[in-house]
Amino acid sequence: MPDTSLSALAAQLAARQVSSRELAQTYLDRIAALNPAINAFITVDAEKTLAEAAAADALIAAGNAGPLTGVPIAHKDIFCTDGWLTTCGSKMLSNFVAPYDAHVIQRFKAAGMPSLGKTNMDEFAMGSSNETSFFGAVKNPWNPAYVPGGSSGGAAACVAARMAPAATGTDTGGSIRQPAALCGITGLKPTYGLVSRFGMIAFASSLDQAGPMAPSAEDCALLLNVMTGFDPNDSTSLERDKEDYTRDLQKPLAGLRVGLPKEFFAEGLNSEVAAAVDAAVNELKKLGATTVEISLANSKLAIPVYYVLAPAEASSNLSRFDGVRYGYRAPEYADLNDMYAKTRAQGFGAEVKRRILIGTYVLSHGYYDAYYLQAQKIRRLIADDFAEAFKACDVILGPTAPGTAFKLGEKSDDPVEMYLNDLYTIPANLAGLPGMSLPCGFDAQGLPIGLQLVGNYFSEAKMLNVAHQYQRATDWHARRPEGLQ
Amino acid sequence: MSLSQDDVKRIAALARIEIDDAQAQATQTQLNTIFDLIAAMQAVDTGGIAPMAHAQEVFQRLRDDAVTETDRHAVFQAIAPAVENGLYLVPKVIE
Amino acid sequence: MKWETVIGLEVHTQLATKSKIFSGSSTAFGAAPNTQASAVDIALPGVLPVLNRGAVECAIRFGLAIGANLNRVNVFDRKNYFYPDLPKGYQISQLARPIVEGGALKIVVPSTGSGQSEERTIHLTRAHLEEDAGKSLHEDFHGMTGIDLNRAGTPLLEIVSEPEMRSSAEAVAYARALHTLVTWIGICDGNMQEGSFRVDANVSVRPVGQAEFGTRREIKNLNSFRFLQQAIDYEVRWQIETLEDGGRIQQATVLFDPDTGETRMMRSKEEAHDYRYFPDPDLLPIRLDEGWIETVRANLPELPAAMQARFQNDYGVSAYDASVLTGTRALAEYFEAAARACGQGKLAANWVMGEFSAALNKAELDIAQSPVSAAQLGALIARIQDGTLSGKLAKQVFEGLWEGAGEVDAIIEARGLKQMSDSGELEKIIDEVLAANPKSVEEFRSGKDKAFNALVGQVMKASRGKANPAQVNELLKAKLQ
Repeated sequence: MPDTSLSALAAQLAARQVSSRELAQTYLDRIAALNPAINAFITVDAEKTLAEAAAADALIAAGNAGPLTGVPIAHKDIFCTDGWLTTCGSKMLSNFVAPYDAHVIQRFKAAGMPSLGKTNMDEFAMGSSNETSFFGAVKNPWNPAYVPGGSSGGAAACVAARMAPAATGTDTGGSIRQPAALCGITGLKPTYGLVSRFGMIAFASSLDQAGPMAPSAEDCALLLNVMTGFDPNDSTSLERDKEDYTRDLQKPLAGLRVGLPKEFFAEGLNSEVAAAVDAAVNELKKLGATTVEISLANSKLAIPVYYVLAPAEASSNLSRFDGVRYGYRAPEYADLNDMYAKTRAQGFGAEVKRRILIGTYVLSHGYYDAYYLQAQKIRRLIADDFAEAFKACDVILGPTAPGTAFKLGEKSDDPVEMYLNDLYTIPANLAGLPGMSLPCGFDAQGLPIGLQLVGNYFSEAKMLNVAHQYQRATDWHARRPEGLQ
Repeated sequence: MSLSQDDVKRIAALARIEIDDAQAQATQTQLNTIFDLIAAMQAVDTGGIAPMAHAQEVFQRLRDDAVTETDRHAVFQAIAPAVENGLYLVPKVIE
Repeated sequence: MKWETVIGLEVHTQLATKSKIFSGSSTAFGAAPNTQASAVDIALPGVLPVLNRGAVECAIRFGLAIGANLNRVNVFDRKNYFYPDLPKGYQISQLARPIVEGGALKIVVPSTGSGQSEERTIHLTRAHLEEDAGKSLHEDFHGMTGIDLNRAGTPLLEIVSEPEMRSSAEAVAYARALHTLVTWIGICDGNMQEGSFRVDANVSVRPVGQAEFGTRREIKNLNSFRFLQQAIDYEVRWQIETLEDGGRIQQATVLFDPDTGETRMMRSKEEAHDYRYFPDPDLLPIRLDEGWIETVRANLPELPAAMQARFQNDYGVSAYDASVLTGTRALAEYFEAAARACGQGKLAANWVMGEFSAALNKAELDIAQSPVSAAQLGALIARIQDGTLSGKLAKQVFEGLWEGAGEVDAIIEARGLKQMSDSGELEKIIDEVLAANPKSVEEFRSGKDKAFNALVGQVMKASRGKANPAQVNELLKAKLQ
């Protein structure tokens, strides 16, 4: 069961070979067995999951099933889920039972897909290793001494360990793609505005985007069909005709122009990762693709720009956590300001506070132009580089992360070293472009390597086509960690 | 350019995050490392470049003026730290 | 030293939309605490704002009404600060690109003492959309403050004037003219007790002739015109005294206490502020297309300034009377209907501003609730004009109308209030009065004009008020010659 694709699971459900309840129970059992070692879930509630599965079974019995009805999924704990603890990985929300459903959750519920629980994550999605979670670090299923990446580390790890057939994630600077790469699964961050942000606890509003995480590109395409769509509750949600993201999966790749940004293959890239990516390029060439060298000259500024813009937005987005209406409130305080200061000092972890302080500083009087405004201008230069590049290619290819998974604790004392992990993923967020990561090999220690595709706006179907054809020709995505069988 | 400890305390106060002297010192060091990274931005000539605030060049959609919400205060206040008579309670506010 | 006062006003007008600016909650006043505070209004994690078209349209109406520039693309910013009645920790407002810039408002400053009333034009800096905060209730909850977020997210148009007013009287005249305008065009209910129209006054003084402004202090949240006047008068006296005593004015935010009539510093505003404004990433730029603007323009009513000019022109009323008659749209419409019904503009103006307004005030009624219709008042005035009624009799008829005793002519008939215009009957009364008052006749003839008035009074009395005073004058004069 655990190695089964979403389409195969859906077929088994449709053929009544298995019920949604049985399927959910299988995964719940696997979570019970494996999660204590991996810590991928913050909340598991078997009773709720099984009730949702029973409802899905009723839909199937009544002949009202959609393509994925009855298939269970795990949700990142950043999505407000009515009646479920929704913590965002923070002490601040460690007691927060959400009173409403995020748009993404509504869509999965409407599709009849039971929730297997809420996955662990870096606190408020700020981190690249899942070590900033108030609920403890997530372990990489390929080697529990290593990090799974972040911030959607719980999602990536639970899919890699087959504790869930699929999971939702969110990506502000690489938080879907980098953990997907480090855990050997497939993950896609859609074009900004395709998936509603309503009910997704905001980190950096102009960059945040939710997307699917699963073993294969085909799974991601099916999930994207569920997740995307206009939402009047999100002003940045785009009004577009509904697409079928599976429509181009089978297209041959002949004539595909793959852009290779020279800046992504330069200094700082681990040689094993470089070799695996080169091999993937050769594989695509065998499938009929041609390559073209492109330049994303300003992408080297993506990290500085990101570490101005994202903390600035976050410093404001996280002001609502003040101990007044919900969430944590410090037990003792002298007066109102002391209540705020202690609540926020105690409720937020070190990395979150660090970013709030950076953001507060860059927006403060006298620094706005030099930091925030300058960063917004360079953001445009970075987006312009992509626009120029897409004149010469259909999809951009490179490594997802500069290296493979690192050891727990290895970078947690050095924020800058940690930030550099998102070197290749951040540019797509800044430009609002879709990006995805898919497995393309392993390093000498047996840790997965991720390949990144960045597409033009709304070219998800094309990217999924490329990824699916690559996955038909290779089996990296089908491998799973040994010792967890 | 680097942040002083006073800068750190000032922004911590603005952000309503309690910070003691030892934390301020450690934070100062970390933030300055990060601002060294950010400094790379300053060398770029961005004259004539329009700032990019949003990922998409679209305009705000407007909602019709209609009341669509119902009273849910009982549900919302069930998760509040302190309430009385339908009000959220906070330490005394002095105007 | 002679001092000059400099005043600029910032007025927060709550817009008369059904729902809030960024959520579908009701804006109705007076609901039980937090029952009109939705997930968006209480800033639950993950919620997002969606802009109310009605609020934007109110701003367009206002911009057109004051002849301002409407920024075809305008932007919402976040103003960051912590306060318990501000659930997100930031207020969504407009800083760099407000929806309305410029424009002007004509005001009429009432005469002081014997002087003429004065017309002035006050320029506006800008008007921008923003959300209101909730309310902090300071009555004691075991030493805690209670927070009601029903008001949080109510749409506001903050209207900022240039510092062009030079006295509290001008500031009040401007505030009144603005109040008239926003209610006139239907964007605000104008209810000051409920906080729908709140005034902040920036006040400074400088020696006459000095070019630079003095340091200003901002008086917050004045919710009546009387308090506005009192607060500015106090503040100006205080600033002048402070400076004349060799002190300096520190920029500050102050509150006016109506009980003491004094202003005091706001403690919550003592610390330095740094609002860290930046464009709200949750909201996209707002575009105003020409078609929308033209539709709004086409639906604007005739505005107070245009109506004032027309009233002066068509009905011969003074500038000041025209400004009083256009104090509200309902009053202006009432006046015009009455004036048209009788064809007597000036007389109608006097009646509307005099007897009619006094009766409404006394009964604490709105014009809409008036028992006397404009047509009835017009008919009454017509009866004065045609000589049927004297002014005094007309007041009795008006009382009859107010009590609902029927139409004008029926009341005149029923109460026998018709003016005595039969000269034969009148002459008879005059002869009797002259015969009965030989002393007054003697006095008049010896040059005492006052005695004439006494005789007129006697005639009026003898006719029980029904004699036509003009006719009495005429006949009496003839008889005494």
